[in-house]
Amino acid sequence: MSPDRGDTTWFARDTKPTKVEEALRHLLVEQRRAYNGDEDAADEVGMAVPARVLNLVAVVDRQWRGEIENRLERVGRYHASRTVLCAVEPGRRTIDARATVIVDAQGRAGEFATTHEHVVVDIGTEHVKHLDSIVDPLVVTDLPTMLWAPHGHNEAIDALLPLAQAVLLDSVDEPDIEDAIGRARALSERAYVVDLAWLRSTPWRERIAASFSPSRYRLQLPTISSVEIRHHPESAVAGVLLLGWLASRLGWTPGALAARRDVLEGRARTRKGEVRLTLKPAPDQSVRGLEGLTIETASGMKLSLDRGEGGLRARRITPTGRGSANDRTWTVMGASRGESGILGEGIRQALLRDGTYAPALDSAAGLVS
Amino acid sequence: MTAIDENPLVKGLERLPVGPTTMTIFGATGDLARRKLLPALYNLAHEGALPEVFNLIGVSRGDEDSEQFRAWAREAIIEFSRRTPDPRVLDALLGGVRYIAGTFDDPETYRKLGEELAAFDAISDDPLNRLFYLSTAPQFFPVIIEAIGEAGLNTHDDCEVRVVIEKPFGTNGEEARELNRRVLSVFDEHQVFRIDHYLGKETVQNVMAFRFANGLFEPLWNRNYIDRVEITAAEEVGIGTRAGYYDQAGALRDLVQNHMLQLLCLLAMEPPVTFSADEVRDEKVKVLRAVQPPPPEATVRAQYTAGTVGGEEVKGYLEEDGVPPDSQTETYAALRLEIDNWRWNGVPFYLRTGKALARKVTEIAVILKPVPHLAFQEEGSIGVRPNQLVLTMQPNEGVSLSLGAKIPGTRMRIRPVQMEFLYGTAFMSQSPEAYERLITDAMRGDATLFTRNDEVEAQWRVIDPLLSAWAEGKPELDTYPAGSQGPSTASRIMEPGDEWRAI
Repeated sequence: MSPDRGDTTWFARDTKPTKVEEALRHLLVEQRRAYNGDEDAADEVGMAVPARVLNLVAVVDRQWRGEIENRLERVGRYHASRTVLCAVEPGRRTIDARATVIVDAQGRAGEFATTHEHVVVDIGTEHVKHLDSIVDPLVVTDLPTMLWAPHGHNEAIDALLPLAQAVLLDSVDEPDIEDAIGRARALSERAYVVDLAWLRSTPWRERIAASFSPSRYRLQLPTISSVEIRHHPESAVAGVLLLGWLASRLGWTPGALAARRDVLEGRARTRKGEVRLTLKPAPDQSVRGLEGLTIETASGMKLSLDRGEGGLRARRITPTGRGSANDRTWTVMGASRGESGILGEGIRQALLRDGTYAPALDSAAGLVS
Repeated sequence: MTAIDENPLVKGLERLPVGPTTMTIFGATGDLARRKLLPALYNLAHEGALPEVFNLIGVSRGDEDSEQFRAWAREAIIEFSRRTPDPRVLDALLGGVRYIAGTFDDPETYRKLGEELAAFDAISDDPLNRLFYLSTAPQFFPVIIEAIGEAGLNTHDDCEVRVVIEKPFGTNGEEARELNRRVLSVFDEHQVFRIDHYLGKETVQNVMAFRFANGLFEPLWNRNYIDRVEITAAEEVGIGTRAGYYDQAGALRDLVQNHMLQLLCLLAMEPPVTFSADEVRDEKVKVLRAVQPPPPEATVRAQYTAGTVGGEEVKGYLEEDGVPPDSQTETYAALRLEIDNWRWNGVPFYLRTGKALARKVTEIAVILKPVPHLAFQEEGSIGVRPNQLVLTMQPNEGVSLSLGAKIPGTRMRIRPVQMEFLYGTAFMSQSPEAYERLITDAMRGDATLFTRNDEVEAQWRVIDPLLSAWAEGKPELDTYPAGSQGPSTASRIMEPGDEWRAI
C-alpha cells in the first residue's frame, strides 16, 4: 500500500499548551510513520525529515488570521520550521488549537523531503499578558525564535521577548515615523530586530554601494552634497532609514527633518560641510518602499536610481567642464521580490546579523527627533 | 574612517559589489554555456548580483549574428535556469549582448572583440573590467590565450583583466606545465582562474566549515584516532553520450585528478591562517606534496560490463555508442594513497570512483580507531564497532556519526546506531549553482575556490606515474557488472581488516 503523503493535523477546543505540545510530538511520529512506513516506497520517493531551523511566533488579530496565514504561505522556502500563530480574540476565555505537520515538497528517489509544523492557537485578550507561558512549551528548544506582531500587539511582544532572539517588525506599519523609529530602537536594545522597512531598502543600499565602489566615484563620497529619496506615500520611514544608513556609514551628523507640505527636508553636517536631505512621496507608486533616489556631489555628479523594467533604471550625469556633461542611463538588473519575498527575507534574516541596522536607526532617530 | 581607501558603504551588505565588467565567453554556443553559464548569469541578474554595469559578448565559430545568439541564449536560459525567468530581467540581460562569429586562431576575431570591448567602455563612459571565460575544447585554451595577448587585450588601463579556464587543465603533468607556461606568458597568475566547479559547490565548501568551525573534531583529526579514510564518488549512470570525451579521459582524469584530490586536500589540510585564496591553496598544495604516487599494486582499474541498474538492463562500456570495441579506458578507479606528514603518517586514504555503480553517492567516510578495551561485548550482540563519521556531498548533503548504543533489554548488548544530520533540514536558503558563485568570485578577483598553477602541477605529480603504469597494463583492467558495487578485486588494495563501505 502506498503511504499517505498528506499533511497530518490535530485540533482541540478548550485545550492547554501541554496538550498541544504532546499532540505535536505524536503528529511528528505519526507523520513519519505515514511517510516513511513503506520502506520500498520511501526508496522511490524519498523520506520525510522535520526541518529544524527557526521558530516563528506570530501574534495576530483573530479576524485577520487567515490573511496572515496566506502571507506566510506565500514566503515559499523561507518559512520557519515551526510557526506558532497566536490569534487574539477579544472576550475569548479558552484556548483552541490546531497543529499541522506539513510536507514541504515531495521527495525525490533517494532524497528526503522536509516537513514543518504550523500551530494555530486561538486565545483571548486576557491570555496576552502571560503569553510566554502558553508559547514556551510550543517552540522547539535550542532553535532561534523570532517574534512578529503585525497587528500591533506590543504587549504580547513584551511578554514573549524572554523566549526570543529576534523580533520581526515593519516600521512602515507605524503611522508616525518618530514612533516607528522609537519602537524599533527600544526593541533593538532587547533583541535582534529585523525590520521589513530596512529590508526593502537592501537593493538600494547595495546599488548605492556599488555605484561608489569604483575608485573615481569612491573619492566623491565625502563630497556628497544632496540626497533626495522618493518613496511610497506611506513609506517615509523607509526613506528615513536609508538616510540614517548613509549618515551612519559616512559619518554625518543629521539634523531634524522638517515638513514642507508633504515633503520632509533637512540637513546633515559632514566634516567638510553640509548635505541637503529631502524625502519626497511618490503618489503613483503602488508598492511599499522606495521609488527612487538622487545623490549629488560637490563636483556636480548626479546619480539617480529609480524603479524600472527588469531592475533599477540608473542615470549618471557627470560634468565635463564648460557647462557640458556626460549623461548616461542604464539598467541595473534585478527582479522585484514582491511583498511575500520581503517577508520571506525577513524570516531568513533571523539567522543572520546585520550590524549596520542599529547605527542607521540611531542616525534616523536624529532625523526625526 | 576614510572614504578614500575603502568604501564604507559596503559594510554589512550580504552581496558585495562587483566591479563593472564586460564578460566574454569563448565557446558561447557550446553545451557548457547553454546548460550552465548562461543560466548562471541569468540567476545572478535576477538576484541583483551582477555588477552595476554588466555586458556580455559571445564568441564562437557558428555564423549566427547577435540577434540569433540572443534568441538562442534566451531559450537556453528558459530551459536550464533553476528558477523561472522573469521576462523583464531576461530582456535587460540579453538586450545588449553582442556575438562575434569567428575561429579562435583568427586575429580578425580578436580585432572585432577589441572593438566591441572598446564600444562597451565608450557607452559606459568608463573603462570596464574584463573577464574572458574559456568554455571551449581544451586544445583552444593556449590558442585563445596567446591571441588575446597578441591583440593586447590582456591588460586594460587601470582595470582588471581576468581569464577563467575550464577543466581539463592538461591531460598529464607535461601538458599542464606547458599550458601553465603559455598562460603565464600572457597573464599574471593573479589574473588566472582555473575552474573546478566542484569547489564551487556548497557541499564541498562545507567540508572546510565542518572541520574548522567545530572544535569537537579537530583533536581527533590525526593518525592517533583515525584508522582510515574512504572517499567515494559513485554514479549510477554510464557514460551516456560522452564517449568521445570519456574514452580519452577515463575515470582517473575525469574525477580523481581534480575533484577527488580536492576532497582529499580539504579533508587533510592544516587549518589555514586566514581564508584568503593563497593561504587556503598553500595548505592544499602542502597536502598534495606529501602524497606519494601509489605503486600500481595499490590501484584498481576496471570497466563496466552489461548489467542491471535500477531494475533496467544496461549496456556494457564496450557496447556504448562511440566506444572502440577494444577500449582499455577505465570507468572505475580505486587508489590507496598515503600522506607522508606528521598528522597523517600511516593512515590509508582510499579513493574510488566509477560509472554505472549501484547508486549515486559522493561521500567522505572517516573511520576511527576502535576502542582499546571491549568491556561491553556480550554474547548475542553485534558488538562495538569503530565510530564512522561520514560527510555526504550528494545526494543528501549531511553528516552522520555511527555510535555504539545499548540494545534495550536486561543485558548489556551493543549495536551501532546512526546520529544523522541533514543540511537541508537546517537552512532555508536554496544553494546557488556552483557556477553562479564561481563567476562572481572571478569577477571580484577572489581565487579561493580556483586552482592555482602549482596546485594543478602537484595533482598531476600524483597521477602521472599511474597514467604511465596503467598505459602499460599494470594492473590489469578488471570488469564489473553495471549496477554493482564495483569490481570484486577492489578490496585487493586495502590493508588487512579494512573493507569498503557499501556504496
